[in-house]
Amino acid sequence: MGYQLNFDAVWRNFDLLLSGLGLGLALAVVSIFLGSLIGLVAAFAMVSKNRLWRGLAVGYVTAIRNTPILVLIFFTFFALPQFGVRFDKIESFVFTLTVYAGAYLTEVFRGGLMALPRGLREAGLALGMTEWRANLWVVIPVMIRNVLPALSNNFISLFKDTSLAAAIAVPELTFYARQINVNTFRVIETWMVASLMYVAACYLIAAALRRLERRLAIPR
Amino acid sequence: MAEHLLVIENLHKTFGATEVLRGVDLNVDSGDVVSIIGSSGSGKTTLLRCVNMLEDYHEGRVLIDGEEIGYTRHDGKRVRLPNSTIARQRALTGMAFQTFNLFPHLTALKNVTLGLVKVRGLAKDEAVGIARRWLDRVGMLDRQDHYPSQLSGGQQQRVAIARAIAMNPKLMLFDEVTSALDPELVNEVLNVIRDLARDGMTMLLVTHEMRFAYDVSTTVIFMHEGRIHEAGPPSEVFIRPRTPRLAEFIQNSSFRA
Repeated sequence: MGYQLNFDAVWRNFDLLLSGLGLGLALAVVSIFLGSLIGLVAAFAMVSKNRLWRGLAVGYVTAIRNTPILVLIFFTFFALPQFGVRFDKIESFVFTLTVYAGAYLTEVFRGGLMALPRGLREAGLALGMTEWRANLWVVIPVMIRNVLPALSNNFISLFKDTSLAAAIAVPELTFYARQINVNTFRVIETWMVASLMYVAACYLIAAALRRLERRLAIPR
Repeated sequence: MAEHLLVIENLHKTFGATEVLRGVDLNVDSGDVVSIIGSSGSGKTTLLRCVNMLEDYHEGRVLIDGEEIGYTRHDGKRVRLPNSTIARQRALTGMAFQTFNLFPHLTALKNVTLGLVKVRGLAKDEAVGIARRWLDRVGMLDRQDHYPSQLSGGQQQRVAIARAIAMNPKLMLFDEVTSALDPELVNEVLNVIRDLARDGMTMLLVTHEMRFAYDVSTTVIFMHEGRIHEAGPPSEVFIRPRTPRLAEFIQNSSFRA
């Protein structure tokens, strides 16, 4: 083997990789937050008695979950402007990841809602809470605790999906790694470091979510 | 004529093609303890759940203190009241459930204060004071910081009763509150209810505890096929049933005078 590992070029550009990682995390946080709100609303729509709401929610989840995310990213970025909907590339990606996250989280929350005993909601109603308030103070807090492990999985997966933003030149970690790769020809070193950065970030996210899980856990 | 606390007139309720309630009439006065007995499927629980609109009903009226519950009339047509009004009306009653239905993510104390703070709008201190008083009354004050999963069924049910009564309802609804309990835990719950009855709390209770119904009730109602088949003071209903159906039901129950 004549190849000598040399990380100098990567370290010289490490601040770019870091800023890319930071942007990726920010994209994930915003999209996951907004996606969770959409997911909650759509999950309630899915379990509602109203056929129109149920139909809309099912249609949304079916359409989004059965389209590859890269296609959704390209569709939003290249096709939507043809209809006069214009975003810059970061907005475009956040929009796509939010809609995508919302569809997956809908299913997580729907499962959580269906697993709750019916009496929980009724206990809230019997105290004089409106549907809305019973959901806010009783149903959602209990349901979220039950689905936290499944949420953690989805959050990590969605964070990794930010690497696909490189496809529309959003300057996140994968985008910079490719740029460094092209400019320095340090192929192995660049992708090694980028991979390890993803691993480290995911590990930290998982650890943080496990802590949250423990803190919110209902004592046995 | 003095107004009754609870008036039920010609109540009808169907689930799909099945008519569960086929015209129930019932008056309950302040301080009454009314037990509803009958075999399963006779409509007892459904009747109770119509009083606080956990079930919609299809015909007839329910009035609490003269206020029609759940529906109003527009040009002779029956219209369901807005959800916010129904929520307010539900707070006129308190309900204890067969399966307790405590909020699993909250301690015993917070189970009781949640409604006081969020529904009645009390300050936290005041809510805690009221909650502690009721937890003490049901013998659960020393467990106020326990979560439901850390309590026995009987203890959970006592907290659930405290949670309902702390809201200061005009009428308490008990829906088979001992049916899900191990036999040795039944009495601690019945004693709490007996104690509240002695205090003049107005109650409507669905129960399979015949001896208990005999002891605490001012009126016992026997339901059969969606109607009140027979009603009267416990001494008559249990000792001198007038209809063969009730006589058979009492005969088959564990009740012995």
